[in-house]
Parts: sequence; structure tokens; C-alpha cells
Amino acid sequence: MSLLEIKNLHISIGDKAIVKGFNLTIKPGEVHAIMGPNGTGKSTLAKAIAGHPSYTITEGDVLLGGKSILAMQPDERARSGLFLAFQYPSEIPGVSIANFLRAAVQARMAEGEELDASGYYKKLYSKMDLLKIDRKFTSRAVNDGFSGGEKKRCEILQMAMLEPHFALMDETDSGLDIDALRIVADGVNTLRSGPLGILLITHYQRLLDYIVPDFVHVMYDGRIVKSGNKSLALELEAKGYDWVKQEFAAANA
Amino acid sequence: MKPITEIDGAPASASPVVGIDQTAGNFSYKVDYAFDAGTGLSEDTVRYISSVKKEAPWILEFRLKALKTFWDKPMPTHWATKDLENIDFQKIRYYLSQGQKPKRTWDEVPDDIKKTFERLGIPEQERKFLAGVEAQFDSEAAYSNIKDIVAKQGVIFVNSTEGLREHPEIFKKFFGKVIPTGDNKFSALNSAVFSGGSFIYVPPGVKVAQPLQAYFRINAENFGQFERTLIIADEGAEVVYMEGCTAPKFSTSTLHSAVVELVALKGAKIQYITVQNWANNVFNLVTKRGVAHEDAEIKWIDCNIGSRLTMKYPGVVLKGERARGEVLSIALANDGQHQDTGAKMVHAANNTTSNIIAKSISVGQGRSTYRGVVHIPKHLKGCKNNTECDALLINTNSRTDTYPAISVRGDRNATQHEASVSKVSEDMIFYMQSRGLTEAQAMSLAVNGFINDLARQFPMEYSVELKRLIDLEMEGSVG
Repeated sequence: MSLLEIKNLHISIGDKAIVKGFNLTIKPGEVHAIMGPNGTGKSTLAKAIAGHPSYTITEGDVLLGGKSILAMQPDERARSGLFLAFQYPSEIPGVSIANFLRAAVQARMAEGEELDASGYYKKLYSKMDLLKIDRKFTSRAVNDGFSGGEKKRCEILQMAMLEPHFALMDETDSGLDIDALRIVADGVNTLRSGPLGILLITHYQRLLDYIVPDFVHVMYDGRIVKSGNKSLALELEAKGYDWVKQEFAAANA
Repeated sequence: MKPITEIDGAPASASPVVGIDQTAGNFSYKVDYAFDAGTGLSEDTVRYISSVKKEAPWILEFRLKALKTFWDKPMPTHWATKDLENIDFQKIRYYLSQGQKPKRTWDEVPDDIKKTFERLGIPEQERKFLAGVEAQFDSEAAYSNIKDIVAKQGVIFVNSTEGLREHPEIFKKFFGKVIPTGDNKFSALNSAVFSGGSFIYVPPGVKVAQPLQAYFRINAENFGQFERTLIIADEGAEVVYMEGCTAPKFSTSTLHSAVVELVALKGAKIQYITVQNWANNVFNLVTKRGVAHEDAEIKWIDCNIGSRLTMKYPGVVLKGERARGEVLSIALANDGQHQDTGAKMVHAANNTTSNIIAKSISVGQGRSTYRGVVHIPKHLKGCKNNTECDALLINTNSRTDTYPAISVRGDRNATQHEASVSKVSEDMIFYMQSRGLTEAQAMSLAVNGFINDLARQFPMEYSVELKRLIDLEMEGSVG
């Protein structure tokens, strides 16, 4: 069985340690939510697992299907089945979503193998129908001049097309109004039915009303300090993060 | 110098040179040349070239005068770059050929030369979408052919040597008129030692449906290629001319210094497309200019990839009322390269319009410069110019400069100028990599996106070729 295993992960930016001994195993089909106050290392965790060059992994390992991915380039990790939905997706002027995804699909094929254009568009359109995205959307340049909601929908469409084994979703709810949030959550829920495992990073419990997680973990000071089910998110909502901070301080006293 | 004999194109045994690279044009085969002007430049060099070509006395005179102008003119290094000072004119070979008469079929082309062009895909392209092809190998065309249907319309498409010999009445009338010998040091050098290049004449009202293509190939080391192209579209005629260039990567530098003159008579249209992919040891110093008469249109599409230093500013003199001039330019400067490119628009009649869109990409230590001149004098009215310069930087060491000189006098003319600089950031590359694209694929996609709106205006075959060259270039820029 294919697992995403994060083992005792330590991550630094420059000399500064951000993530300090993070452990988590995600099975196919599971949705794990990571919550926590700002600056606690949630986004760092997602980007480092995806291979961002600014982050240094100083200790620990990340295994995908039993194989370490740490020596791989970001694109190799992606082709192995990992997907990062960005908090702030980049704009790529002049490159349409259709062409971008086509290049990404082509990159997954063996050398010399040619992409079947009609098959590709058929699949693209069926995914767009599934996510209720207008056909005209894919002729626009990737994220170029997009609203916050459009950028997140673009991320979900890419995720649907590339069919990863595991998705890291970084603050997918940030910058979305309630309507946009619902649309994006519907998209994720549609993709959830299969074997896709999701690590859902969020600051607010609000998103978890729409995407109901199997597990909730509270991250603080670079590691998981508390784990539970959906009710933990509600408890956090009621008590605030100060409660976690105090508990953490007491435990370390 | 090789003694001049009557042997024309003696075939030579071919042995491929070591270090052949499958990418781009970086390969060369050993070729025995029947004609060789030796190394260095003197009056004797010029006389050798002229006598090999059996030229009329006025041409030799023209050449010798140009040589003197060349020696007299200072190097234009003060304003662009000091790198020109590294050219040693006495270490260059000025004329190399297997013979003067180009073959009309590929079967007749000597094997060693033919396989070069086959490898570059020229015969295949000719079959697919071209009205005529001239393939120049070092100093002379090895192959030249025009489809019967085009020739029957009275279209002339030959190399410059043949043009001078067979059609002196047309040639002489326009030759050196658009770009005088003394225009700059390198136009003077070309005027002294020119060889090869195309001569095209399209009779009144004839619209050539498919493009004519010339391919310029440098094969020899320490070589200077000095082709001379003259294109005349008579009243109401239309023609599209495309040129491609490559050279292998030698450790020593190579010089390419062409002069291209275009004349669009009343109501005529000329489109001149360049996709060059020089190796990074080539000094590419080219003068290109056209004159557009009443209601005529000249459009330069200029894609500069590769070379060590390119200095090229295609221009249009808008001589007749309502004439239109356009330059669409793309320059890609990779590590160790300097693309100093731009455009010149000289408005010389009322209601003339010009449009310049220049996009440059600088990668690594590459440097690109846009240099433009737009001149609209005070006495004119109803003239319009639009200039857009966009630069894309890939990584922090790249450098880009824009020097637009727009002089518009009087208040009855309109210009607009826009410039932008954007950057391919590490985050943008990471974003694309996280979708499964390699770093090179990501950079290539970013570059193609940047030039997309311009490349869409190119003929399909050329935008495909451009994309392929960018892919290769980006491939090479990733360590």
C-alpha cells in the first residue's frame, strides 16, 4: 500500500530551524488537517516536502510509497505522485492553462511518447465539467490577473488533471469569500472519493466545515502537539490557539 | 591563397569531424575547398574574390573603394561594447568555396555539403512549404532552386554573384543605394568582400504565394561570412523571404557580417523573417534596411538566438506617403552572449506609420540591449509610431538596457512608447516544477509565454522552429 510517511522531519531556512521533529503518516483516501497559529511551520512543511530550494531538510525523512523523496528534484517528486496546491500560486503570463497542463501531462510520459491531443482535451473537459468550470477558463494564461477564487480553482483543476496520490493543500481557504470557499471545497470533495490522500493546511476551522477531515492535528513550534478527530477543530475554534500555547508551555516547563 | 583553377566544385572525400553534437547546428564536416582567399585582409584578398567570380571591372572598383572606407572608419566601440576590439581582421578567412555555380538539384550537391543541409532539414522544408531555396555554405550557395510555377511569373531568385552577372541592369540600379558603403564600418567591410546572399526581383503585381528561403551555414573555422542580399518588390508585388543561420561551435571566433537591402516600390509588400541560431563564438554584425515607397509595406521579423555578440537594427525608410514599416524582434541572450538589437524607423513622408515590438530575454550572464531610433521630422503630418520594448530576466545576474531614441518634431504626428521588465523568479520555476516540468522545461515555457503574443504573428513553421530553438537553448542553460 502506498503511504506518505513524514518521519522526524527537521526543516531550516538559512540557520533558522522552523520545523523540529514532525511525524505523520497518511494513508490513501485519508484527509489530515493541520491547524496551528501563524509562524508555526505549516507552510514550510508543505513547501519543503514538495522540494522548494529555499528550505533545507536537516534531519528526518519523507517516504512516498516506501521510497525517500528527499534526493529528488521537485519535478521528480511531482511525477512520483505528489501535488502541492499553493497558497500563493505563481502567474505564468502568455501560457494558457490548457497548454500548461498539456506540458505537465506530457512531462509524465516516456521519452519519445507523444501526447494524444484529442484524448487530452476530452479528459480536460470532463474534469472541468466535474468541477463545474467554464470551458473558456483554460484559454486564459495561468493565474494571470486571476481573483483569489480563480487561482484556487485553477489549483484544483490541475490537481484533478494530474491525479496525484497525495496532495498537500497549503491554506487553500486563504483569500476566499464564502462562495468561493464553497466552490473550492466542492471540488476537493469531488476528488476525495478515490485513493487520494490529502494533507490540508489551514489556519481556520471554517474550511473544515466544508471539507470534513478524518484527522485533525495541531501544530505548534514546528511539530504536532495534539491530534484528534473533527471535534478537535471545534474545540480550537472555541478556545483559541492560546490554549495550545499554554498547554505546550506547561508541558515544557 | 589557392591558385584559381577552372575546376568547379571538385567533389571531396568527406570525413566527419570529431565532437559532433546532436543539438542545433553544432556539427561540422571536413570539406576541401577549391577556392580559398587565405587568411587576412588586403587588396589582394579583394582582387582574388573578384577574379574568382569573374566580375565586371566596376564591381572590383566598388570593392576596392569600400576596402579603403573600411580601413578609414573607426570601430564603433564607444557606444555599444568593447568586445568588437577583440576581432582580429588579419586572422579571418574571407573567401572559401567549392565553386561558384550552385546546383539546381540536391543530387548534384557534393555529399559532404549535402549531408550538412540534410541534417539541418532544409530539403525537407523545401518540399513542404517553400517556393524556393538557396543554401549557402561558407562563401557561396551550394544549392539554389526556385519552383517552376514561381519562375514562370518572372520572379528572379538567385545568389548575388549570379544576380550581378545575369541581371546587372536591375542590380546596379538598387545595389548600395539603401545602405551606402560608408554607412558603418561593417557595411564597408561587406561591400569590399561580399559573396553569396540572395538577389530577388518580383515583377509588378506578382504575389509569391509561398516563402522564399535562404539558409546560411558557416562550416569553416576562423571564417568570415559576408553575404549580400538585395530584394526588390516592384509595384504591387508581394514576397516573403526567410533566412536561417547556423554555425558549429569552434573555439576561435567567427565573423558574420551581412548587408541586406530591401526595396518595396509603390504598393508592394516585403516580409523578411530571420531565425538565426549562431554558435556562441560568432560575431554577428549585420546591417539591414529597407525603403518603402508610396503605400508600400516592409516588415522585419527578427529572431536572434545565439552568437557571441549581435549588433543588428533592421530599419525602414518610409519614403512614400502612407508607407508602413514594422519590426518584430525577439532576442535571447544566454551566458556569455550579448544581443544588441533594435530597430530604426525613418519617416520621410506624410501619413506614414511604423510599429516596433521588441522582446528580449536575458539568461544567466547574458546581456540584452534594445537600441531604437524613430525619426519624424517637423514638416511631416499624420505620422504615427508605436514602440513596445519588453524584457524578461531569468536569474539575478542578467542585464538588460533599453535605449529608445524617439525624435518627433512638430505637433501633427503621434507616437507612443511602452517598456516593461519582468522576471522569471525562483518561485515561478518551483511552481512549474511542482507540476512535473523539469527546470529546463519550466524556463522554456516561461520564455515561450513571454514571446507568445509576438510569435503568434509568425508563419507557423517558423514559430515551431523558434520554440524548438528556445527549448534547446534552455536545455543548455540548466547546469
